[in-house]
Amino acid sequence: MQFFGGSAAIGITPSPAAPPGTATSLSGNNANMLYIFNRNGVCLLYREWHRPLRTLDAQQDQKLMFGLLFSLRSFTAKMDPTSVDKGNLGVPLLPGQGCSYHSFQTNTYKLSFMESPSGIKLILVTHPKTGDLRDSLRYMYNLYVEYVVKNPIYVPGSAIKCELFNTNLDQYVKTLI
Amino acid sequence: MAAVYNLFIINKSGGLIFYKDYGSAERMDTNDSLRLASLWHSMHAISQQLSPTIGCFGIELLQADNFDLHCFQSLTGTKFFVVCEPGAQHMEGLLKVIYELYTDFVLKNPFYEMEMPIRCELFDLHLSQAVQKERVFILGR
Repeated sequence: MQFFGGSAAIGITPSPAAPPGTATSLSGNNANMLYIFNRNGVCLLYREWHRPLRTLDAQQDQKLMFGLLFSLRSFTAKMDPTSVDKGNLGVPLLPGQGCSYHSFQTNTYKLSFMESPSGIKLILVTHPKTGDLRDSLRYMYNLYVEYVVKNPIYVPGSAIKCELFNTNLDQYVKTLI
Repeated sequence: MAAVYNLFIINKSGGLIFYKDYGSAERMDTNDSLRLASLWHSMHAISQQLSPTIGCFGIELLQADNFDLHCFQSLTGTKFFVVCEPGAQHMEGLLKVIYELYTDFVLKNPFYEMEMPIRCELFDLHLSQAVQKERVFILGR
């Protein structure tokens, strides 16, 4: 993972997936949902664990989410008070260009955001009291690389339907605090 | 280095009614500040729609790489937000103070028209004092 500073601290150890129904009851239940978008705004994966409120249908919801992330990205790039030349507001930015953001929180949820250099966006929505999830998102990105990108029958840009990825994701999400 | 970079006040329809710079690298031009304010207004509204549970009142804190943005929305829909250094503490308190100053020196000003840009000398004065106090507090630690 030379993209992220090269620290090998987050080694991936694909442990055998627990059979369904064996999840320990003392696991955290903090995560609400996860979105994965590619650079074109296609939602590759939407997974939800706890979402009592649905205001829109799935497709509209994903579009709205991507739109929000996109606008927030141009907002933070333009707002950045530490740099002088920031370009114009609303111009599409390349991954890593300009000032980005890693999370925002409201009174009911916290959204953590990560963008890989290839434009893959991971969005995790959790309980507002959750701590810094940047490392967790990097771990999830590693899971994506291991189980999705390295899957020979996965077509890049299509929706993710890898069972092993989903089970590992579910398992990992339960450990989040 | 300032702890607080900028302060914005947006009225309930998304128009910028007050903008003050406290030492960012470059003062934003008026058009950009207006655009950013209305952009924030709409993102604040969208964030309420995307909430997984009921009772969401919009973004309170945005953590970017180079700054934090703390937002406070009053019951009447006026939004106050400060852009500050990442990890700056007590910004909720500062926003409450700013809100009090707003009610005292803007809303009680008989010449002030609601939802219009704020031009009140006393408000400016007290505001810079409050921000200065915040800065001293942070640097004094």
